[in-house]
Amino acid sequence: MTAAFNPGADTLHALPEVFLCTMAIIVLILSFAVPDRRGWMEGLSVAAVVGTGALLLWQLGQPVSAFSGMYLVDNFALFFKAVFLISTLFVILMSINYLHLERVPVGEFYAVLLFSTLGMMFIASGGNLLSLYVGLETMSISIYVLAGFLKRDRKSNEAALKYLLMGAFTSGVILYGIALLYGLTGTLDIKETAATLVQMKLSNPALLLAMVMLTAGFGFKIAAVPFHMYVPDVYEGAMTTVTAFLAVGSEAAGVAALLRVFLGAIPQIQGDWAVLFWILSVLTMTVGNVLAMAQRNMKRMLAYSSIAHIGYILIGFVVGTEQGISAMLLYVLIYEFMTAGAFAMVIYLRTETVKGDLIEDFAGLARVRPAAAAAMVIFLMSLTGIPPTAGFVGKFYLFGAAINSGYIWLAVVAAVNTAISLFYYMRVAMVMYMLESPGPVSVSSSRSLYAAVIFAVLGTLIIGIYPGPFLELAQASLMGLMK
Amino acid sequence: MNVLNFPLLSLITFLPLLTALLLLFIRREREGLIRGVSLLFTVLTFIVSLWLPVVFDFGSGEMQLVEKASWIEAMGVSYYMGVDGISLWLVCLSTLLSALSVLCSWDSITDRVKEYYIFLLLLETGMIGVFLALDFFLFYVFWEIVLVPMYFLIGIWGHPARRLYAAIKFFLYTLFGSVVMLLGILAVYFYAGDQTGRYTFDILELMKISYRNEPVFRIPGVITFTFQNLVWLAFFLSFAIKVPMFPFHTWLPDAHTEAPTAGSVILAGILLKMGGYGFVRFNLGMFPEATWYFVPFMVTLSIVAIIYGAMVCLVQQDMKRLIAFSSVSHMGFVTLGMFALNMQGVQGSVLQMVNHGLSTGALFLIVGLIYDRRHTRMIADFGGLSTVMPIFATLFAIIMFSSIGLPGLNGFVGEFLILVGAFYVDWRWAAFAVTGIVLGAAYMLWLYQRTMFGIVTHRENSDLLDLNFREAMTLIPIVILCFWIGLYPAPFLRAMEPSVKKVVTQLEKARKVVEGGPSPTLSALPKR
Repeated sequence: MTAAFNPGADTLHALPEVFLCTMAIIVLILSFAVPDRRGWMEGLSVAAVVGTGALLLWQLGQPVSAFSGMYLVDNFALFFKAVFLISTLFVILMSINYLHLERVPVGEFYAVLLFSTLGMMFIASGGNLLSLYVGLETMSISIYVLAGFLKRDRKSNEAALKYLLMGAFTSGVILYGIALLYGLTGTLDIKETAATLVQMKLSNPALLLAMVMLTAGFGFKIAAVPFHMYVPDVYEGAMTTVTAFLAVGSEAAGVAALLRVFLGAIPQIQGDWAVLFWILSVLTMTVGNVLAMAQRNMKRMLAYSSIAHIGYILIGFVVGTEQGISAMLLYVLIYEFMTAGAFAMVIYLRTETVKGDLIEDFAGLARVRPAAAAAMVIFLMSLTGIPPTAGFVGKFYLFGAAINSGYIWLAVVAAVNTAISLFYYMRVAMVMYMLESPGPVSVSSSRSLYAAVIFAVLGTLIIGIYPGPFLELAQASLMGLMK
Repeated sequence: MNVLNFPLLSLITFLPLLTALLLLFIRREREGLIRGVSLLFTVLTFIVSLWLPVVFDFGSGEMQLVEKASWIEAMGVSYYMGVDGISLWLVCLSTLLSALSVLCSWDSITDRVKEYYIFLLLLETGMIGVFLALDFFLFYVFWEIVLVPMYFLIGIWGHPARRLYAAIKFFLYTLFGSVVMLLGILAVYFYAGDQTGRYTFDILELMKISYRNEPVFRIPGVITFTFQNLVWLAFFLSFAIKVPMFPFHTWLPDAHTEAPTAGSVILAGILLKMGGYGFVRFNLGMFPEATWYFVPFMVTLSIVAIIYGAMVCLVQQDMKRLIAFSSVSHMGFVTLGMFALNMQGVQGSVLQMVNHGLSTGALFLIVGLIYDRRHTRMIADFGGLSTVMPIFATLFAIIMFSSIGLPGLNGFVGEFLILVGAFYVDWRWAAFAVTGIVLGAAYMLWLYQRTMFGIVTHRENSDLLDLNFREAMTLIPIVILCFWIGLYPAPFLRAMEPSVKKVVTQLEKARKVVEGGPSPTLSALPKR
């Protein structure tokens, strides 16, 4: 089963990662030599992301298994890698002006960001529990650093420490789960694990324990309730671009890891175990939405909103059919555009003097910057799930998958949650359009940020109005993954 | 069929959207131009929509002028539009009231003019689309699009005191109904797909399926749930909130009262009809057995709405709130007629939707006109206006009589048909409904008497200006239509007859299934 190890050819298969890693190292080294304001780091980072993306296109085609099955190139991997790269691109575009406002070293930031993306890409390609774990750690450790990037800011320190402690604990739990699986099967290869586990019953205590460990561990990574406690503080304390990265990149990576491990390695996930995820899904969306209503800080609100969206995404996992999983993938893609857009708007309000992360800071924006306010309304509509935006298509497809598989109540709960979420999303629209700002509204305009917003608006509207190709993309990404 | 193959329906639907896009390119300071362009294009849309009855085949109950193009093939979604006798007049009503809304906002909206007209135009596209869409996905898109601009219209340009509350309440209520309907739509989609093996959101295809009606869950003595009943309830919730029917009506007085005049006109005139339209098209048209099952429930709610709405009107001190509650009562008539489930009832209720759109829309325009002058809506602040504003008083009187249902005006025709339809089924329904008419006459006449007759009670009212040409023009088209429908309703009824007949025939077939008895004749149902 295990493919032969062929260093030359295998490295070629991993060329996107090799390229990205090289670029990240170049950025890191150059950051010591080149002054921050030249724009080199930004340029190199964008080039790294775009170049990696181009290399991914070149990989399209037959699925490949390299490094003795530790590294897979299949549609699933390519889809998630594209998602990660888009989110990294978003974060870079948002950061270009913002980093100067926050007065942080530019080169290090981009280098660490690229390393984190590299970790995510290894998760997507993980054909082996260990390589997947290494990817997960590469991503997480980079993000611990990013979360604490504002060295003199107490909240940022708190965020980094909380995230580090939680993350380290989580990694331990996941590793424990992996170790138990290894003990049961004697292999770390995901396919072989599945082949061995097929004969086992869920009543096997070791297997049960392993699944509990893995569920909790990945629950932390994707911030499902009740493993979500750290999220609001981390989101609030970290720099906004890092928060955006957490929300779009790291959550997507968590979903990728969840799918790789549970769908790939543990066939018992269907059936009884789905009940547990049913509960997790309902809890996650409900708690996320209800707590989001009480927030005054935009970043905290978006933190709870991201929790709620993970709840919706889990619907697809509960359903577990091809339709359900492809709905998850589509939703991850859609979620990325609308959430990145919303964070870009938070950054838009950050100026030299104003922090701009309170909801009330948005007051009167529609009068001064109507186009920006309109863009925000599109993101908010999409987050709520109102057509003709992408968020609607995502929910439509998820709800459809749930109903088709007989999860009527899950769909009903999600529908009620949609109505709840309207309240806090539209409150932002209300503040922008219907309240007047006490003082002058100041924004930080920068071309790169505009580019990010326009990119997000286009993504949100195009997927919303013409979702066909994206739907097919999500379905095609499952090829070979589902039985 | 459309001989020329010209996408007339798409043109009507998207002309306002294109106008809104055009407005984006006009500088916001050029308010006159913005108003002019909006008026020009909404009037143009209205004129184009008048082409519909010209090319419409009055003898056919099928969908006409259909346009179909594939959209999302993976899910069986298509861009599918068509018009039949039920939607025909509602489309024309939408285009007319939209044009009048632009006209009536001319002087009263001075803040953020550009956004205002953009929202108004987006709203128009959504409303027309709802009536024309023949694909559930498309329908739902239009259905929800309507909510967003209306939310902003109420929230930004509404009455300062409670606009924020009213706006979010409107949005939350209706969105809640909508998402439940979405689940219903998905359930129907998968059910039908499993039956035929072809998954489609094509409404006409889905109507051909007969949905399972065996009990799945029963609460003895209360309700029996079948698949059809459950889906019926999902649609019901959405439409009942929109109409709004009795226990779901509480968003309406707030939204109608706080909205700017044009917002109230469109809310009362068209948005409420989206609910009524939905009932006829989907609940009656797709789930006939469930419809029979829920008749007593629906009729009870309707009668409660008629009487309760009217009685609440009697104690209102705010004119706009009074008219808002009168809508609850009037829409009660619409749902009553509809659920009489015979020709007269359904036809009457579709016509009454148009009538109510005209007369209540006009009443909101009237309140808007005096609000613009005095900036108060309290009945107590007026009195004796007929001596100061004779033209206004005359138009008001005509509209008021139309709302009451005076013979010769449009309201009478609709209410009469509804009562006939109700009487065929059970004389008590008609008797209750008549109470509502009497109360309706009472509160409207009393309102008119308190504000218009007598001597001028407040000195600041004594030098109010009568209507100018623009203001009169917002009401005169409606008055003409009120007389037309009142005196010669034949063309309106004739156009909808075949389509309504189709629905009623199907219901009759279902009744045979439900009751197992012989089918009564179509036009005259015996008492049940």
